[in-house]
Amino acid sequence: MRSNVSEYEFIAPGSLDAVLALLSAEPGAWTPMAGGTELMVALGAGRLEQRKLVSLWGIGELRGITASADWLTIGAGATYTDIRENAAIAKEFPLLARSASWTGAIANQNRGTLGGNIVNASPAADSPPVLLVYEAEIELVSAQGARRMNYSEFHLGYKRTVLRPQELVMAVHLPRGHRLPVEYLRKVGTRNAMAISKVALAGVGAMQSGKVQTVRIAAASLRETPARLSMTEAVLVGHALTSDRIQAARKALLQEVKPIDDVRSTAKYRAHVAANLLEEFLNQMAASES
Amino acid sequence: MSAAKIQLSEIRFKVNGVERSATVPPMKRLLDVLREDLALTGVKEGCGEGECGSCSVLLDGVLVNSCLVPALQASGCEVLTVEGLATNGALAHIQRTFLELGGTQCGICTPGMMLAAESLLRKNPHPDLDAIREGLAGNLCRCTGYMRIIDAVKHAIEEPILTADLAPEETVHK
Ligand SMILES: Cc1cc2nc3c(=O)[nH]c(=O)nc-3n(C[C@H](O)[C@H](O)[C@H](O)COP(=O)(O)OP(=O)(O)OC[C@H]3O[C@@H](n4cnc5c(N)ncnc54)[C@H](O)[C@@H]3O)c2cc1C
Ligand code: FES
Ligand code: FES
Repeated sequence: MRSNVSEYEFIAPGSLDAVLALLSAEPGAWTPMAGGTELMVALGAGRLEQRKLVSLWGIGELRGITASADWLTIGAGATYTDIRENAAIAKEFPLLARSASWTGAIANQNRGTLGGNIVNASPAADSPPVLLVYEAEIELVSAQGARRMNYSEFHLGYKRTVLRPQELVMAVHLPRGHRLPVEYLRKVGTRNAMAISKVALAGVGAMQSGKVQTVRIAAASLRETPARLSMTEAVLVGHALTSDRIQAARKALLQEVKPIDDVRSTAKYRAHVAANLLEEFLNQMAASES
Repeated sequence: MSAAKIQLSEIRFKVNGVERSATVPPMKRLLDVLREDLALTGVKEGCGEGECGSCSVLLDGVLVNSCLVPALQASGCEVLTVEGLATNGALAHIQRTFLELGGTQCGICTPGMMLAAESLLRKNPHPDLDAIREGLAGNLCRCTGYMRIIDAVKHAIEEPILTADLAPEETVHK
């Protein structure tokens, strides 16, 4: 049943400072809303528990995409459309442009934000695996100041993150100039691009003299949080991609994932598909030197 | 169970070119403000969760699902609904090609489809088939099977050959 909208307070102070002051004055009392493509769905379904909301939409400080010599910085309020239309992202971080292009259809891409995707912290979300393989850093801000960390440290457990009640995600920083020759991203879902994924795998890597020099792999829907597959990576680094090695990597992946059974798919299916995606990526790696 | 009622917000915005206002709960969905407060019932509700596109409108020229936009976030914006597509009673080109080519049957998806098409053509005046499919992918239709809708958009790209000479009335009653 739909919620009664008369029970919800919703304000739009209009500036970052004003929102941060509000969050600090009453930590935990106010829930930020950016594009609303998660929160408004919850409202429609009658399961939006937070009764006091504060709008981030239209706050310019949160929305820019800027480049310095070493970092490309994407404001938490950047939409998927902003990401798709940015030339630097298309050129240097194409997997992010690609995942943006299948995060719902156009209307959703016009409202949904990167920050909302990260903070919502669904294990199935499409942006996190890409941010993980690009070794993103995340910047959090509150009235007391800002802090910055590796994005891989942001997710603590199922829908739990390090974000404090008085904090917002300010931006994501992507390190420039380290692009690896092989990049892979594939999402397996029911309705292709439009549906939440059953499994998604992102990978980047480089071969040198027939061996894996660098490889980074991350997945959606395979753990309780978005996460790198570090055991699988460790099995690969320094080795030639023989069929034995690929089998060993598949095994490592199956050991370190804990997929769930839910309405979208079964754990068994997810694990099997993930291993197939890994193999597809590794074949691409193997072919990259020849 | 009624919780304490919150304060209403006065939303002022330009809808189909006309300054309008509505005093509503700030979390009221733009969809409901348009339908209930402004009587613009061309905006349809299908799913209420962002999946079907029947509630699509342009907000400051950008395609959105109005079921997911809280009223307060539309404050100060320009809204275009299907009612604003025609000018002085003359159907917009995209409306004519939908009618002419059978792009509309029961009509529930039609307003949203037309706005998605309008949004696509504003950004990309000459979309290829893939771009048309992508542009309409968020809009579900249970009647037409989509081919006629895609045809209608294709013809909207080309010169208005099909319907250019028809008066709006003739088109409507055809
Ligand atoms: C039809 C449809 C299809 C979708 N398809 C996909 C898909 O394919 N893949 C996918 O990953 N997602 C998908 N989504 C989910 C959603 O669009 C994304 O997660 C989106 O990025 C959420 O961003 P938002 O700004 O709309 O979030 P909101 O609903 O505004 O907020 C979501 C959460 O993030 C918090 N938040 C937002 N911004 C900040 C910030 N700067 N700092 C701190 N907290 C913040 C909010 O408090 C809330 O808890 C889909 C949604 C719909 C409706
Ligand atoms: S009613 Fe809004 S998308 Fe279905
Ligand atoms: S014409 Fe009936 S849903 Fe499209």
